[in-house]
Parts: sequence; structure tokens; C-alpha cells
Amino acid sequence: MGTMGTTNTPILRLAEVTRVHGSDATAVRALAGVSMEVHAGELVAVMGPSGSGKSTLLNLAGGLDAPTSGQVFVEGEAIGALRGDGLARLRRRRVGFVFQDFNLIPSLTAAENVALPLELDGQRVRRARRHALAALDLVGVRELADRYPDAMSGGQQQRVAIARALVGDRKLVLADEPTGALDSHTGEDVLRVLRERCDDGAAGLLVTHEARHAAWADRVVFLRDGVVVDSTGQPATADSLLEPTA
Amino acid sequence: MSVKLGLLALLAEEPKYGARLRAEFEARTGGTWPLNVGQVYTTLSRLERDGLVEAVGEDAEGRIAYRLTSTGRSEVSRWWLEPVDRDSTPRDELVIKLALAVTVEGVDVHRVVQTQRTATLKHLQDLTRLKHRASAGDRDTGPDTDSHDTAWLLVLENLIFAAEAEVRWLDHVETRLAREASRPRRRTSGTPTDEPTDEPTNERGPGHEQGQPTTSEKDHHRTTA
Ligand SMILES: Nc1ncnc2c1ncn2[C@@H]1O[C@H](COP(=O)(O)OP(=O)(O)O)[C@@H](O)[C@H]1O
Ligand SMILES: [Mg+2]
Repeated sequence: MGTMGTTNTPILRLAEVTRVHGSDATAVRALAGVSMEVHAGELVAVMGPSGSGKSTLLNLAGGLDAPTSGQVFVEGEAIGALRGDGLARLRRRRVGFVFQDFNLIPSLTAAENVALPLELDGQRVRRARRHALAALDLVGVRELADRYPDAMSGGQQQRVAIARALVGDRKLVLADEPTGALDSHTGEDVLRVLRERCDDGAAGLLVTHEARHAAWADRVVFLRDGVVVDSTGQPATADSLLEPTA
Repeated sequence: MSVKLGLLALLAEEPKYGARLRAEFEARTGGTWPLNVGQVYTTLSRLERDGLVEAVGEDAEGRIAYRLTSTGRSEVSRWWLEPVDRDSTPRDELVIKLALAVTVEGVDVHRVVQTQRTATLKHLQDLTRLKHRASAGDRDTGPDTDSHDTAWLLVLENLIFAAEAEVRWLDHVETRLAREASRPRRRTSGTPTDEPTDEPTNERGPGHEQGQPTTSEKDHHRTTA
């Protein structure tokens, strides 16, 4: 796993990112000085109790939300500098999201769902469909191209959502509890697909509360109260475990 | 794990004599590991020989109390700091360790839990990698090796389940500690409470029990691209 060589510029870099929701008395510090990198070929899992800032982290990484301080870089570009159109383009061309509830458009077939971001980006319909079919092939559901979401199982819908997240050579997939609505076997299949997409060069950031799913990642980062408290990538540095006793 | 570390952890609080050590060890670990007094005294004399404890003298009834030397104290600190070694010890050490961690003054239990959780997840990552490799190799193997591969996968999966259960239990420990920590406040309010101790615990972690808003993941920003 993670066999794809890492280039020097990470696909995603967070530098001292802080996000405070609201102001003054009602201010909630959802993230406090979080720094991390995700390289091509890498899958990083984020774990932590509810309210620890996991979704905030993903939303900031994908430009759906902006940090109060600190910076987010996607493929080396500071996305804080992007406005309106630039941000929309970032989300269509470089970043894909996968959610717990699949979020496919019910009136579109699998192929149409996957082609949508490309069409929104101005690509011709036939070309977009060709890319969509290729993406569906990569996640193992090419044969479902002309099915509607309600005629697919949860696991199949989630594969389609992963295809949509990565279609058109996008490099960063952000997944927020993508297995939350699936049984454990199907959830594992979805993780396997995500893992394989990352082995092929994508960068993945995955939020999950299932240790068994997080274990597919190259690195597991633990968030608590908006702070990274530990990570499997580096040795634990517990120094003040025992308070000095008088 | 040896009895040794358990006794050292108890002696870190204050000097104690053998019978008291035995009683406390059992009481605090819920009788998971019954000891006899003889075992305790043999262990204490070995610890004394190794310079980890020293006798503080006899009381009126002729009982010898022991206290930690500085070497003994650093041995205990090291134990709290390090994750339980999966390769050489039965998994019960973790249970004993946490039972003691919550009763011994001055131990940062959250740190102990997190250190272990990280170590167990690393272990789980290794197992998952092995499983991925084993099941990816399915295609290349002939019919002869099929049952061996299946056996190997089953063993791996057993270890995966065990590691996963341990992480869930660690999450649960935090949940329970958070709940216990909020209890005295409820008492002082003077309202009779139906202690909800038997309610099903939420395996997703302590946040749910701490009254933090549990924003539905579904309510978060959606986008199709
Ligand atoms: N839009 C928002 N407005 C105000 N507070 C928010 C908003 N989004 C998240 N929060 C708060 O920020 C903290 C982190 O939330 P979130 O990132 O959703 O955590 P998680 O995904 O780990 O459960 C929580 O305390 C939450 O209530
Ligand atoms: Mg969330």
C-alpha cells in the first residue's frame, strides 16, 4: 500500500489551520492549529470523538469552508487566495467529496452522476461520458452505468460516488464517514476501492470512527477538541504522563 | 505481564506491606488476577534484590512495609508510558493496567488510553496490510494452497477482530470516565437521579456522552462535485 512514490509537493497541505465558528461568547474553536500533509498515493484516516473537528477539517481541505487563520494548499496552491469561480473550479477539477449518504442525484443514472462534474466544467457530453465510464470501471461497477441510484445497493452507490469524486483526473478525495450507512462487509469493499484509488496515485483523507476501516490508511491521525493529539505515523511522545509527585 | 509491575504501581502511592498489597491489588482489578500472600512476598524480595523497592522497617505487629526506590519509580513511569507489548504478554495486562491507572493518583489515564489506542491501530494497520496482500494473492494460487490461504485469512481476521474490539473498548473506557467525571456535579445538585449506568454505551466515542452537539453527519455541507 502507498507504493506510489510521493512527490515533494503534497496534494494537500494544511498549515497551522484554525477554524473558529461564531464570535465572542458563542465562539466555538472547531480546529486549533492543525498541520498535516497528504501526498499522492497516500490514504490518511482521521479519527476522533464526535465534535472533535473532523468534518470541519474535511470541509476546509476541500474549500467548502475557510480557515480563521492558517492556510490550506491543494497541489501547492493556497486556496485561501481563490474566490468564487476559482473555488468552484477547484472543486470541479481537483477535489472530490464522498459522504455517508452517497449524495447521488436520483434522477440521473450512475454514468450521468459521474459525468456531471465534468459537464459542469464545460466538457462535451460524449467526452464526459467516456471519462465517467472509465471511472466506473476503475471502481468495479462499469455494468451499472445506466442504472439509477434507487436501483443500486448502498455499496454500489458509494462506489459510484467514489468514481464521481475522482473522475477527470482529480487527485484529492475527501471522504466523511463513507461507510457509515453500510454493513461491515460492504463497508470493507468500499474501503478497498478507496485504498486502490490511492495506490494508483490519488490522495485520500478519510474520516471514520471504525478502527477496522481506519486501518486501511497509511496513517491514522487522532483529533480531540480540534487538536491532533496523536498519529500512527510518528512515535508517541508522552512526556508528562505522571505528574511530578511531591 | 508479571505481578511485579502491579505491585510497583501500588507502591508508587505510599509504602505498604505485603498483605495490604495483595488485598489492594485484588480489590482494584476486580479479582481478575487473584494472588496469594506468599506470591506477593516472594515478588517483593525479588524486587528488593533488584533494587526496585526497599524495606522501611517493621510496624508493631512485625510487618515489613516496602517503598519504591528511584529505580523502582522510573520502572513504574516507564510502564505507564509504554503500550502493552502484544508479542510477549497476554492481553490481560491492558485490563490490569487500566484498572490500576484509574485508581492510582496522578496517572493521566487519557494519555494511557491514547498511547494504547495508537499502538493498537498500528497493529491493526499491519494486520490489514497482511490481509490485503493475502486476499490479493488469491488469484495466483493453485487449488492445493486454497485451504491454507483460507486458514491464514481466518487467523488474520481473528486478530483483526481482537484489535478492533480493543480499540472499541478503549473508546468505551473514555466514555465511562467522562461520565464518572460528571457525576459529582449531579450529586451536589441535590436532585434524585436515576443513574443511567445501564444505558447502552455509545461506541462512537466519548464525545457523545459529554453533551456536545452531535451534528448529524448528514447535515453537513453537500456538494455534488
Ligand atoms: N457551522 C457551524 N457553526 C457553529 N459551530 C459549528 C459549525 N460546524 C461545526 N461546529 C462546531 O465545531 C465543532 C467541530 O464540529 P465538527 O467538525 O462537525 O466535528 P466532527 O465532525 O468531529 O463531529 C463542534 O463543536 C461543532 O458543534
Ligand atoms: Mg462529522
